Amino acid sequence: MIGPRTGRAIAAAMLAATTAVAGQAHSSGMNQGAALQAGPVAYVNGMPPVMDHNAYLHALLDEFEARYGADGGQFRYDGQAWYGTDYDKLWLKSEGTVGTDGRFGDGDHEVLYDRAISRYFDVQTGVRVDIDNGPTRAWGAVGVEGLALYFFNLEATAYFSDRGVAGRVQGSYDLLLTNRLILQPQVELNVYSASDRARGTGSGLSDIDTGLRLRYEWRRKFAPYIGVAYHGTFDQAASMARGQGARVHDLNFTFGIRTWF
Amino acid sequence: MGPVPSFLLGGSKSMSTRSLAGRGAVTRRRFVAGTGLWGAALAASGRRAFACTPASGRPDPMPGTRFDLSIGPVPVNVTGARRRAVGVNGSTPAPILRWREGDTVELNVTNRLREPSSIHWHGIRTPADMDGVPGLSFGGIAPGETFTYRFRLRQSGTYWYHSHSGFQEQTGLYGGLIIDPKAGYAQRFDREYVMLLSDWTDVDPRDIVSNLKFQSDYYNFRQRTVGTFFRDAHRQGLGETIRDRLRWGAMNMAPTDILDVSGIIYTYLINGQSPAANWTGLFRPGERIRLRFINGSSMTLFDVRIPGLTMTVVQADGNDVEPVPVDEFRIGPAETYDVIVQPAADGPYTVFAQAEDRTGYARGTLATRPGLAGPVPPMDPRPLRTMTDMGMGAMTHGGMPKRDSPAAPGGGAAGMEGMAMDGMDMPGMAAAPPSPLSSSGTAPKPGVEVQSVAMMPIDRLAEPGAGLEHNGRRVLTYADLRATIPGVDPRPPSREITLHLTGNMERFIWGFDGKKFSEAEPIRLNLGERVRFVLINDTMMEHPIHLHGLWSELENGQGAYRPYKHTIIVKPGERLSYLVTADEPGLWAYHCHLLYHMEVGMFRTVVVS
Repeated sequence: MIGPRTGRAIAAAMLAATTAVAGQAHSSGMNQGAALQAGPVAYVNGMPPVMDHNAYLHALLDEFEARYGADGGQFRYDGQAWYGTDYDKLWLKSEGTVGTDGRFGDGDHEVLYDRAISRYFDVQTGVRVDIDNGPTRAWGAVGVEGLALYFFNLEATAYFSDRGVAGRVQGSYDLLLTNRLILQPQVELNVYSASDRARGTGSGLSDIDTGLRLRYEWRRKFAPYIGVAYHGTFDQAASMARGQGARVHDLNFTFGIRTWF
Repeated sequence: MGPVPSFLLGGSKSMSTRSLAGRGAVTRRRFVAGTGLWGAALAASGRRAFACTPASGRPDPMPGTRFDLSIGPVPVNVTGARRRAVGVNGSTPAPILRWREGDTVELNVTNRLREPSSIHWHGIRTPADMDGVPGLSFGGIAPGETFTYRFRLRQSGTYWYHSHSGFQEQTGLYGGLIIDPKAGYAQRFDREYVMLLSDWTDVDPRDIVSNLKFQSDYYNFRQRTVGTFFRDAHRQGLGETIRDRLRWGAMNMAPTDILDVSGIIYTYLINGQSPAANWTGLFRPGERIRLRFINGSSMTLFDVRIPGLTMTVVQADGNDVEPVPVDEFRIGPAETYDVIVQPAADGPYTVFAQAEDRTGYARGTLATRPGLAGPVPPMDPRPLRTMTDMGMGAMTHGGMPKRDSPAAPGGGAAGMEGMAMDGMDMPGMAAAPPSPLSSSGTAPKPGVEVQSVAMMPIDRLAEPGAGLEHNGRRVLTYADLRATIPGVDPRPPSREITLHLTGNMERFIWGFDGKKFSEAEPIRLNLGERVRFVLINDTMMEHPIHLHGLWSELENGQGAYRPYKHTIIVKPGERLSYLVTADEPGLWAYHCHLLYHMEVGMFRTVVVS
């Protein structure tokens, strides 16, 4: 699907920076056997015979779920969207949790430039902003996202700000029980070089969010799931949580939908 | 069974050498009006309509020289849902055209769509500006405009025509095309049918390619699961099953990747009719019936058989071959095969064309009267890709016949079981061609556009193809094709052009030598030169490679009698070669005829000057 005109305009600005680089790379290789006079080929009406450079727009809502545990419930979402070509994309990520008290936490939103660099991996650079009911923080972000060998989905991102350095690793694996019934273990780890008391993050391993979800791909693009999710805080973050009377290790039953377009 | 369509009731038309003589002088203006297959009729007042609809598979017996073709939307209902297809003269498939060798034909093509369109005459040797590929010596046909194609026919045989604009081929703009030989047919036949195979979907092709970019196995619901793991562990042992899963996992590839778009969304058609509609061709026992098989599908390789009948293959891609009796043949997108069958009994006989991935089939019937249906055989087990497909050489011991093909890298390597799979990250070690000609082909390196490189590509021309081995039937192979006349250009090639067919299934990027069309220089040929193309398939899928405008003479061990083809399937992990005489100047398209592979970059411009 070709994205809407507006999306194209946004991406155009972003892609402009890379066009020169890409263009150089593309023209460097002469086709073998090109022993004859070179020179550009004139396409009638400037019309390329195939359009292999199209931009595509997709969004994936990987988690969109209600969680039920000892302390009541939560709503959590985790999604990504991208627009661009095979090599260059504008990539958005967003996740967050809303408690039964209505408090929006763990809000993490990223705007990244994504460049395909290898068979299965992309490099992503950009900014992350933590926007939720806590204080706002901004980070620079550099990471990779792709498919590790043996079909493991992997994201690893480093974040930089005047408050220090942070890192996040996310991984998941699709285990096909049948072609439509898929069991997905998933884990997300956050580490910080310095604690941020206002946001409840501590230095070292701050928190883990992990789950085991069983989804049914009723349609490829629409898969309801059930599962269990575990959220744990550690070290300093755990002390802070305890101080606030919050649960350090939280095991929840969850259900939701995974959907994309 | 419903009422019998009138087109089924026609009598036998003898098409012998004699009966064709004397037709050449007839040059008439003819309007080809197909009745809409699913009810949409276009009745241009005052113009004669064709007696036969494309749905009948029966070509008009008389060749014509002037045709008015109007491209436009056609309402269809294949699956139970109403959709808008693109057709010609109110019909999809488009009308069957019949021409005669030596004639000059004139085709007035009017575009009544709201988008640019085009018609490419697949396999026809025309001047470059008549070939119909927008951008290449031809500007396309703008909405509302008429373009007149005019060219002289220097060949005969069964061909087809289709749009070369966007995805119009997928949405219905394709039709059969017959050129009668001036000197008459080498093989006598009493009756003929066009057997136009295709794949229809209600899904918008733009969504298909977008879905594949997001998730390349989107349409594959036949993947290995926990269930198949335990089944295989039971059959082959736990250790071997784990080793096998690790081998594929280490490459991030799945042996279940057969066709990118499957029967999940495709309905497979014969002459535009679904298996349920059961296209039927009538015959009388004892007749020799010429079946002109055309694969007009966008993404489907078909395996064709007619249980109970031996098919004698007499022509491939429009050129006569020494007759080969077979039970089954594989036909890739854009290929054509003419076969002759001679049913002694009444039948009915089921024409069964299963998709390579066994997710569906096209089906029709040969019967002595309308309304009959023969038994429909079960589909064969679906194939799985092997390490040979991955370019790891022959896995069977000494199974590869030696042939005089220059592409044969000299003996397949047996016993590759112990090969380290992390070698996939190293540049491939394509065997050097034994020919002294300088071949500047260099193996691409794995990267964004190259998922794997065939380390030991082999000659697979004598193999029937994935899913057809050892099935107990005589299956046609490329090695069986022997032209009835020696090639017209006896010169040896003056140089070789080696191209790797590459792709990254995970990203759904396809190309040559690790580059998409938009990233690559054209291939340049000197006018008149003789060139050998060597193709090495680094990917795990078959690619039907089509060179426009020039013949591809497949070097399949038949010496001077190598078959002339326009589209050649290159199997996974295969290395093959063909000779090309660049005798027609201009810009020519050169591409994989899997529509979505072509559209995402598996395309080159060939410049002959």
